[in-house]
Amino acid sequence: MRIVTICGTGLGSSGILKVNAERVLRKLEIDAEVVAADLESLPEVAGTAQVILTSSEFVEAIGRTFADVVVIDNYFDTAELTEKLQRALG
Amino acid sequence: MTANLPPLSPAGIVLGATAVDWRAAVQLAGAALVAVGATLPAYTDAMVRMIEEHGPYVVIAPRLALAHARPGPDVLADGLAIVTLDPAVAFGHPHNDPVSVVLGLAIADPLRHLQAVAALANVFNDSTAIADLAAATSTDEVLTIMGGRA
Repeated sequence: MRIVTICGTGLGSSGILKVNAERVLRKLEIDAEVVAADLESLPEVAGTAQVILTSSEFVEAIGRTFADVVVIDNYFDTAELTEKLQRALG
Repeated sequence: MTANLPPLSPAGIVLGATAVDWRAAVQLAGAALVAVGATLPAYTDAMVRMIEEHGPYVVIAPRLALAHARPGPDVLADGLAIVTLDPAVAFGHPHNDPVSVVLGLAIADPLRHLQAVAALANVFNDSTAIADLAAATSTDEVLTIMGGRA
């Protein structure tokens, strides 16, 4: 399974989302590849993604996609990430 | 596990600053990165531009903004800046406003970026860290919270 995290540079906040999503997925014992990317490279990486994690600002720019777009409010709250990932993947 | 945090020195820490708006708040973080020799002033402008372009997504947790731009010629060395705001400043984020703590992050090599943000996650996954930083009254306190000093 593939999960993509999106932010403006593909480095900072998407990196934090990637790191914390990987921690949560490990705890949930879900095997997934998590890729951090910026908006520009989204078309290349989103093709096979099941879930896109991002903040509300990017939802419109992400536009139409087959992936489940999940908005995270607090990037450091692993409980929020756990709940939303479980819902998206369940 | 905080070994990979970019260097944080007292010159990169500004406590209880006032800023008229989010732009001024990000500029304070940018100026602190310049002061520690991590960036050129153009990096500060790039951080502001990221928010102008994409909105207040940098407010990634309640009261906390992570300001940064892409690696490039404006980054001289890895560096971290911490600015606490009093009063807190609105960035326009739907959930996490107002902002009391601005982190300025500069990383010279994109390959090290993930290590740096992983180290930040180690600090801030502790839900008390943001409030502790906002309440800090000395650079020593900040360094302790950030794991710079045991």
